[in-house]
This record gives sequence, C-alpha cells and structure tokens, in this order.
Amino acid sequence: MKWEVVIGLEIHAQLATKSKIFSGASTAYGAEANTQACAVDLGLPGVLPVLNAEAVRMAAKFGLAIGANVARRSIFARKNYFYPDLPKGYQISQYELPIVEKGQIEIGLEDGVTKLIGITRAHLEEDAGKSLHEDFHGLTGIDLNRAGTPLLEIVSEPDMRSAQEAVAYMKKIHSLVRYLDICDGNMQEGSFRCDANVSIRPQGQQRLGTRAELKNINSFRFVERAINVEIERQIDVIEAGGEVRQETRLYDANKNETRTMRAKEEANDYRYFPDPDLLPVVLDEKYLDEVRATLPELPDQKQHRFEDEFNLSAYDASVLTASLETADYFEQVVKLTNEPKLSANWIMGDLLGALNKNDLGIEQSPVSADRLGGMIKRIADKTISGKIAKAVFDAMWQGDATADAIIASKGLQQITDSGAIEKMIDDIIANNPQQVAQYKSGKDKVFGFFVGQVMKQSKGKANPQQVNELLKHKLK
Amino acid sequence: MTLKKQDVENIAHLARLAINQADIPSYVQNLSDILALVEQMGAIDTEGVTPMAHPLDAVQRLRPDIVSESNQRDYFQQIAPQTEAGLYLVPKVIE
Amino acid sequence: MHNKTLVELAKGLESGEFSSEEVTQHYLDRIERSADSLNCYITVTPELAIQQAQAADQRRANGEAGRLTGVPIAHKDIFCTKNIKTSCGSKMLDNFVSPYDASVVVNCKQSQLVTLGKTNMDEFAMGSSNETSYYGSVKNPWNVERVPGGSSGGSAAAVAARLAPAATGTDTGGSIRQPAALCGITGLKPTYGRVSRYGMIAFASSLDQAGPMTRTAEDAALLLNVMSGFDEKDSTSVDSPVPDYTASLHHSIKGLKIGLPKEYFDGGLNQGVASVIDDAIKHYQSMGAELVEISLPNTKTAVSTYYVVAPAECSSNLSRFDGVRFGHRCESPKDLEDFYKRSRGEGFGPEVKRRILIGAYVLSAGYYDAYYLKSQKLRRLISDDFKQAFQDVDVIMGPTSPTTAFKFGERMEDPVSMYLSDAYTIATNLAGLPGISIPAGFVDGLPVGLQIIGNYFKEAQLLNVSHQYQRETDWHRKAPVMDIL
Repeated sequence: MKWEVVIGLEIHAQLATKSKIFSGASTAYGAEANTQACAVDLGLPGVLPVLNAEAVRMAAKFGLAIGANVARRSIFARKNYFYPDLPKGYQISQYELPIVEKGQIEIGLEDGVTKLIGITRAHLEEDAGKSLHEDFHGLTGIDLNRAGTPLLEIVSEPDMRSAQEAVAYMKKIHSLVRYLDICDGNMQEGSFRCDANVSIRPQGQQRLGTRAELKNINSFRFVERAINVEIERQIDVIEAGGEVRQETRLYDANKNETRTMRAKEEANDYRYFPDPDLLPVVLDEKYLDEVRATLPELPDQKQHRFEDEFNLSAYDASVLTASLETADYFEQVVKLTNEPKLSANWIMGDLLGALNKNDLGIEQSPVSADRLGGMIKRIADKTISGKIAKAVFDAMWQGDATADAIIASKGLQQITDSGAIEKMIDDIIANNPQQVAQYKSGKDKVFGFFVGQVMKQSKGKANPQQVNELLKHKLK
Repeated sequence: MTLKKQDVENIAHLARLAINQADIPSYVQNLSDILALVEQMGAIDTEGVTPMAHPLDAVQRLRPDIVSESNQRDYFQQIAPQTEAGLYLVPKVIE
Repeated sequence: MHNKTLVELAKGLESGEFSSEEVTQHYLDRIERSADSLNCYITVTPELAIQQAQAADQRRANGEAGRLTGVPIAHKDIFCTKNIKTSCGSKMLDNFVSPYDASVVVNCKQSQLVTLGKTNMDEFAMGSSNETSYYGSVKNPWNVERVPGGSSGGSAAAVAARLAPAATGTDTGGSIRQPAALCGITGLKPTYGRVSRYGMIAFASSLDQAGPMTRTAEDAALLLNVMSGFDEKDSTSVDSPVPDYTASLHHSIKGLKIGLPKEYFDGGLNQGVASVIDDAIKHYQSMGAELVEISLPNTKTAVSTYYVVAPAECSSNLSRFDGVRFGHRCESPKDLEDFYKRSRGEGFGPEVKRRILIGAYVLSAGYYDAYYLKSQKLRRLISDDFKQAFQDVDVIMGPTSPTTAFKFGERMEDPVSMYLSDAYTIATNLAGLPGISIPAGFVDGLPVGLQIIGNYFKEAQLLNVSHQYQRETDWHRKAPVMDIL
C-alpha cells in the first residue's frame, strides 16, 4: 500500500516583548527562579490582567506579513486545566475569535519547487511556568518566571506531506518571525517550539487518518526525525492490522522514538469561555495601516531584490535570504566590497561550510562581515589569489586579525610585478630545456608544468593570470 | 437535567475537588435542584440574540510594554506552603 | 460618638472637637466591649488603626487633611490588605496574609481613612445570609436569631450596630444591597467598572462591584468619592471622570420619573415588605415625583441566568486556590491529583463547592451552548429591558429583598430558596447598573430596604434621590437596641 503523510504544525513563538503579556514583570531569559514572577504572574487572589500593547502589535505584524485577516475584534478566553506550572488554573488564550486568521506562506522545496502552506490562525496566549524534575526529596520544583510570557501560537493547515516539508515550513516561519523582529527564535531557550499533528492515509483517500500529536519538539533536526519515526510507527501499526489512536505523544530524542503521553479519553475538557477580566481587543484601519508601515522587507521580497540588484541566481538569493542574519551579513560584505557574486560564493561556500561544521549560527561567526569583506576586497584587487584567500580565511577563523594584517605578516601579497615574474620564467625555461622542447613539439599539456613551477617558486603568490600570459609569450 | 452520582463524581474530578462519599447524595440533590432552576432559561426564546459577556460595551485598553515589577520573591514566598531554592514545591509531576 | 455619621465625624475632626485617635479608640473599645458577639469582624487591627489615626491627626495638624482624614472604616475581608490576613471568609485563606493592597484599600489609605479591621462575609462572597463563612455566621443586630444577609453581612451588621461608622462591601448579585436592607443601613452598588476590582478577590468577574455601606446616602456619597475612580490595573475599570457625589445631593427631585416594574411586586413578595415599599413610593410621590408602571419581562429569568454566569466564572476564578503558592494545603498528599483534590476539598466549604461544580458543569463539553451561551443571550435581553425602561424613567424602585431577615438555618438546606433571596437585586448585576438600598421602614421590628436602580453611571442621581428621602424620614437614623453595648 502507498501511504500519504499528512502533517500540520502548531508553532509557539515567544514574542520579544520586554514585559509579560498581562503584567509588568520582565521576560528576560535565565533569571534566578521566581524572581521575575510578580503578583499577577503568581495568580495571587484579586490580581487582574492588563494586555501588553506590544504583544498585540507583534501579532498584527505577523498577520499582515502572511497576508492573513487581522481581526478587527478578537477575544481572550480562558482554557481551564490544573497543572502546577499554570498558576491561575487557567491559561489566558484566544479561542473563538483569534487575532489572526487565514494566511499562507510559500515554502521552497528541492529542485526549486515551491508550495503554499495555509495558516489557519495565529492567536495570542500566555506561556506557563516550568516544572523542574530534579529531585527535591521526591517533589517537583516550580519556577514561574516564564509564566505570562507572550506567545503567538501559529496553527497551520494539514498541508504538509513529508517531514522535509514540515521542516521547510518551520524554518520559513522561523525566518519570518526573525525578519519581523517579533521573536528571538532561540530554540535552545524554548523561544520557538513546535507540536506536530501527524497522520497517514492510503494514497488517494480523501478522509484524513487518525492523528497523533507530537509535543514540544525544539529543534529542526528533531522535527524531521520525530515525524519520520512517527510515520514509520503508524505504518507499522496499520500494516500489522492495528489502528492508530488519537493521542498525544512525546518524542524521545535519545531513543529516537515517540511514546504515548496522554490518550484522547484522558484529554482535558478545557471549558473555554470568554475571559471576563479582559475586554474585546479592537483594532481599527488606522492602527493596521500604522503597523503595515513598519513591516520590513520580507524574505521573499528580499530574495527577489537580491536576484535583481546583485544579479544572483534564484538559488543563491534564496540561500542568502533564508535567515535575516545571513542576508544582513551578505549585504554588509557587499557594501564593503561591491562584489556580489564573489561575496555570495564565499559566504555560501567557505563561511557557511565552516559554520555548519562547527554547529554555529552566522550571528556567532568568528569571522565578522567586516573581516570577510576586507579579505574579499583583496581578492578583487588582486592582492591575493583565491587560493591564498583560503589560507587567509583559515587564519581569520582561528584568530582575530584582519585579512590585511594576515597578508602583511605572512607576506602573502600576490606578485604582480611582471619583471619579477619574467625573471622566474626565464630561469625555469633555462633549467628545463626538455619540457620546453616537448611543449614546442605540440604537447600543450606541458604548459601546466610551467605554471606549477612558477607558482612553486613564488610560493603561490604570483598572479596566475599574469603567469599565464607571460608564459605563453615566452614559450612562443 | 437530573444529575447522577457518576455525573457529580466526574465534575468533581474536573474541578479537582475531593468530596466525601457520604456527601455525594446531597450534592446530587442540590445540584439537580440548581440545574432545574437554571433550566427555566429555556422558557425564553433567544434566537438571534447576541451573547453578552460584559456589562459594558467597552474595548480592551492596552498597556505600554514597560517592565514595572521588580523581584519580590522572598516576600511572596513567605506565604507559600513549601519552597526550596526559590522554587515552589509540589508532589512529583509525571509527564 | 458612635451614632455620628461620617459627615458628622468629619465635621468634628475638622473643628477639633475630637481627634482621629479618639474616634478610632472609641470604636476599638466598642468592638472589644461587645466581644464582637455579632461576629462582624474576622480580624480587628487595633495597632494599625491607632497608628493610622495618629498619622491622620498629624496630617491634620500639618494642614494637609482631606475631607475624610482620620475617619475609621472597616473593609470586607474580600479586599486584599497588605500584611493583614485576608481570608475571604474561607478556610482556604485562613493563613493568607496578603502581600499587597487592593486598589480600593490604596484609595482609602490615600484619603487617610483609618482601618478598624476586616469584616466577616459569606465564603468567597457566595451566600445571602453570611452562614457560609468559615468563621461562623454574623448575627443581625436587630434580632440575633436572624441572619444579617450576605455576602457583605459583617460590614452591614457592623455599621448597623455602630461597630464601624462605615464599611466597604462588594456586590455580585445583591451582596451589598440585600444585607444593607436586612440590617437597616444604606448600601450602594455602583455601575460595573466604576470602582476598581484589583485586589478584590474575584467571585464572578463580570458581575463583581465594590461599593460603600453606610448609615446615610450622604455618607455613601463621601465614601464613594474615595473608593471610585479609574485604575490602570483593572482592564474593566472605566476611564471617565468621577464627579463629586456630594455635589448634587441637595438637588430637588420634583418631576423625577420613577419606574415601578410590575415584576418586582408579584407573588414572591412578603405582604409586610410590600406595604413598607408602597409607603416609601407614596412618599416620593408626595415629594413631587411621578410614578410610571413599567415592565422588565425578562427579569424573571435573572436568577436562572445568574446561576449560570456566576458559577461559571467562579469555577474558573477559584482554580488558583490549589495550595501551591499560598493558602490551604492538605497534609501528606499521596500524589499530585490527591494534592489538588484534598487541598481544595478541605479548603472550600459546601456552598463554594456547589457553585464550582455547577460552573464546571455548565462550561463542560456538550453543555456550553445550552447553559453558558444561553445565559449570555438572556443577559442581553435582561439588560435590554433596562435600557428600554430608562428611555421613559429616571430611576426604578422596588423592594431590595422579598422578605425581611430570615432565621438561621431556614434556607441552608435548600440552596435554591436561598438564591431567590436575591431575586430583585441580581438583574442589575447582570446589566451592570448601579443600585442602592436605603432603609424604608420595619416589619415586626425588622428593617426593610427600598431599592433604587439607576441608569449607567448615575450614582450621583441615586444618592440625590436617596438623600432627599432621608431628609424627610428617619428610618436611617434608627439604631438597634443592644443590651451588650
């Protein structure tokens, strides 16, 4: 049987506000436990929520960026359940009238194919605290610093058909929220997390299969793995004559397997109802126009601009605009060098390669855009060759000297003095009569031997173009 | 709607309320009576009526994004039943 | 001294006839001498009161006194008071010392009022007789075998018994007006949003509203001046200027159009109460008011509607009482579920549990539309009835409560009969309208309250209409005879 995979994602993006969504406590990450949990976050008796303007603005910004309806009127509701890291016994969220509805986003797949993924809704809600399971005499510790941090929950349509598509979508959303500057995107710190709804159905069947929800997957790599093992599990279950149960499952990265967390029958009855402590959020045209005016250039727009302005291929432009940081890095280098193609090659080749190998983001790159630009300038003005540049790049990666300093201290400047090169060539011709004879008898291949000799004698610093020209002339 | 013992037990679980077995019959009775009172609502036709969640037709005010609160952990935890290392302690949470 | 109204106390303090410390001490002595046999107070704060009184006297000496500087009052124990036990009448919060002040309390402190203590109340304000309090029933000072009404029964009884010159209360379905009526005092529930709810322990957030409980309408105007105002900490607080509620007290009410809803004078109303209310209304007529019969057809479903809306909100509001961060926690729980269930099961009394259960039920999957959504639609209809009525009339009058104070235990076995005690007060909470109860007479030695309902933000008019009546009558001056004092 051929199976079709159906995936929908729920992404939780922490909004990068200074204070919490309903209180004036700080959202800064990493503070000592419970030092950023104020009376409102603790749910003390009598406290009340007041909505953070910035959280609303960020949600509206996201909605406008994905061409969605930004609700002129949205409502906060209470989602009721008991959990120790949920201080009020309910989470303030949006249910019936979310702030963002019906958007879409384009993802790029292999071989340049693109696909539109529908976004059902995005709603504002407050995050919960954290349960710490280290042993406190068999008890659990509760840290409420994160309680009340604003979240935008972005719910996709079940439009993805493979783990790869799911990852591409998640990366695209990640890139977008970074572009919009509404989320720091830090997955280690939990600022960007994802639940995946996964089901399978026989190819050609319309009706959706029973889905399992994979909870809280916090890296791109794990999303792909978790979905793939879940797909395999579901196929195994069905092909063995069983049925997939609707349930919540947890992905265990160490064992690379998913396991049951909560069956559907144990699912909570959340008893949603409009939060009486909060009034309808009403946004008018003027407000939305103002937010629209603050939208930055979005990934797709930037890609097209890169193609036009810098004469880059669609592929190069898409790689360079996949993250805001990479795009900014590239533009900074081009500003210094005015060499778009050369800069693109270096960034996409040596730089991203080294970063990947070391598991670093471009914002953590040991070689800054200024230093890389400095080096590319020297390639462009022929101070160094591309080959020497690799050695310069390695040196920049290891230390913090500029390209110019490395070139000077190691004497790596290209030899462009024709006199000096001619002298070398003359010596080599004089010392290798046999090869000269071979060349002159028509063995063109021997030309390479002469080039090699010159480069060897010049320790790689002779300008290759000059060497070529002069050799051809001398060997005539 | 007349509730049964099982209904009361289910809601009590949902609301995380321990109720003595001996008291259940009186809850069944009282809650059924209250629901009977409540069901008088059914006498009125509300077709097409817009639900009213708030007494005033007001809209949500927005607060500027400013950090106004400072750390009061020790003070707040004076009233906490059990804490350690700045954490609130509860029976083991099993995921 | 203790028979003086707030106005008279303020005058005496201003003229230097007595100091705040003297007034405060006088009240503290009375509370102590009575050994609080009425059980009005859950907490008395003598040291704090004297400290605040001395500070108030100092302010006055410095020429920095406001209108009510140094006047003592009591707070219903639903208002969070920093570093003072705030129990909300519940075992759940018996150990809760609030780390912050409610906005109402802050406002009173800023006006340099003195806090005598915290008054008894039905547990989490759920009750109409004060019998659900963890701290025992409050007794009605007019007849100690009878209830004072609820939920602000401690405040009402304290003011009636001259154990406080005035007190704060809260009203979710009649909890200021009904005990005011049953204890023979003046109690005002303002328009929803007029007084901040921040720090007032929530029962039903879309219905709760705090207000003054005093002997006279004039006093209520003074205390409302202090209590009300916009609060940025409460999203439902209304950002509109607060008038000086005393400014219009003396306006004539000639030509005032009084609406008399026929539904408020129907079968459920006690005959004695009906005749007292009739007399009061006739009195208004004699003062030049015009009577208009009106109908509030949907008002008969107000109690049903309320017992969906209020429990639904309360079931969620009371989820935070879980024994994790504050409040009662059970002994040696065997696991997390046991921990939740027993902490909450032990901390809450039976009436609170009933309402939480009803609330959880009406919101649960499959019942939401039939109960909760239906109640929200009826709420609209009930509210529209009032809107319609206020096109033709200035105020609406009727009884506050269908009966006078009833005996202890009389309605405890049958929650529904208790709920009907609030049949006339509940609709105004659903609509968010202001209402006041003022003393209008007696039946068999028990006070009867006249309820006056106004249009949105017409508190000044309600106080004016009440004050004009109190200028010509002395029901509000009557004090219960108490041999203990």
